[in-house]
Amino acid sequence: MVQDLGYLKESPSQTAGPYVHIGCTPNFAGITGVYEADLGAAMVNDKTLGERITIRGRVIDGAGTPLKDALVEIWQADAGGLYNSPSELRGAADPNFSGWGRCPTSADEGVFTFETVKPGRVPYKDGRRMAPHITFWIVARGINIGLHTRMYFADEPEANAEDPLLVRIEHRHRVATLVAPREGSIYTFDIHLQGEKETVFLDI
Amino acid sequence: MSDLSNKKPETGAFFQRDRAWHAPALTPGYKTSVLRSPQKALLSLDGTISEITGPVFGHSILGELDNDLIHNFAKPGESAIGERIIVHGRVLDERGKPVPGALLEFWQANAGGRYRHKKETYLAPLDPNFGGCGRTITDEDGGYRFRTIKPGPYPWPNGVNDWRPAHIHFSVFGHGFAQRLITQMYFEGDPMIWKCPIVTTIPDRRAIEHLIAPLDWANTIPMDARAYKFDIVLRGRRSTLFENRLEGN
Repeated sequence: MVQDLGYLKESPSQTAGPYVHIGCTPNFAGITGVYEADLGAAMVNDKTLGERITIRGRVIDGAGTPLKDALVEIWQADAGGLYNSPSELRGAADPNFSGWGRCPTSADEGVFTFETVKPGRVPYKDGRRMAPHITFWIVARGINIGLHTRMYFADEPEANAEDPLLVRIEHRHRVATLVAPREGSIYTFDIHLQGEKETVFLDI
Repeated sequence: MSDLSNKKPETGAFFQRDRAWHAPALTPGYKTSVLRSPQKALLSLDGTISEITGPVFGHSILGELDNDLIHNFAKPGESAIGERIIVHGRVLDERGKPVPGALLEFWQANAGGRYRHKKETYLAPLDPNFGGCGRTITDEDGGYRFRTIKPGPYPWPNGVNDWRPAHIHFSVFGHGFAQRLITQMYFEGDPMIWKCPIVTTIPDRRAIEHLIAPLDWANTIPMDARAYKFDIVLRGRRSTLFENRLEGN
């Protein structure tokens, strides 16, 4: 016998189910008067620093159908490359930028939309800089454990070419699944759950 | 968003997730997973600052009745119908350390098993005094509690005759985005737990038992509400003591 490490097991994940909006975005679900506003609906205000951008996309299943009952959350650095988090020890992030957003996919077309700013670059553990990116987390009915992925920016080809995560993707044609094309101030990021265009999901 | 306490925030990467403990993505008994499950291997990434950090919420976001589902949607002087219960417990990490300042959001069906949602088609009636959502933030010891009614079981379209056991959904934020978790709480003694195709997506019976809240007789409030105790465990963090540090840290 040896000593017991004493670690606990993580609570197992269960699907968010078809009614995740009741709990996470009740106003969107028509349950009004309980919370003033849905959490994560606004990431920016008038004073937020940085370039304003819109991110729009869909979560698409293996039959090519966009999910109309998914919930998408994003987490990102501010324009200066700092996270609005107690674990950010490199400096104080923009107090007018939350860094976290939450959006249900729409009931008609299955589209999510985030009004945010373009994030600055943040360091990888070995000191290399990562390309600007936004962390995505997707939950829905039929998804047993939340899916993590990242969105990168198509107008950052040089930074993307040296990004420590993107360079590790063995099948190079799959890099494109993480890079959102830009049109004006809008980036489009479609997430494919399955098939030829399956998004690279992360075990982080 | 706000600081949690005077304690120095931790910045270690999270323990690797035990994927064999969780449900796999593809679980054909739960039909919706078939077209919504990634088929390629996940790309593994030891946590970077993007996942080690995460949003943290201050108590200022909370309303007075956010942790009281019996009253937070009810007309003044009225209350939701059903078995009155208290759900309480602690949020810990895999090291057994309490997680203070963790935002918990919960949602559930009413006492008859009916959700307040436009896509819900079950014939059981809505309760005009029950909305079905609530939230709270853990205290310095990782503790939380809320008041609600015990949700009813309900049928759902999967197999011809599949039913969900009574359950409460939980969404949990720890201190890092890699800890983000959604799960469900079940009630001790419910024989329907083991018949549910969503519960049994989890391969290990011991893991399922982690989601079953025991009746907590000691904390029952006489002549008012019974208590159930539900602890939640989030991923633990490594110490940063011997890890390479970024310049400037």
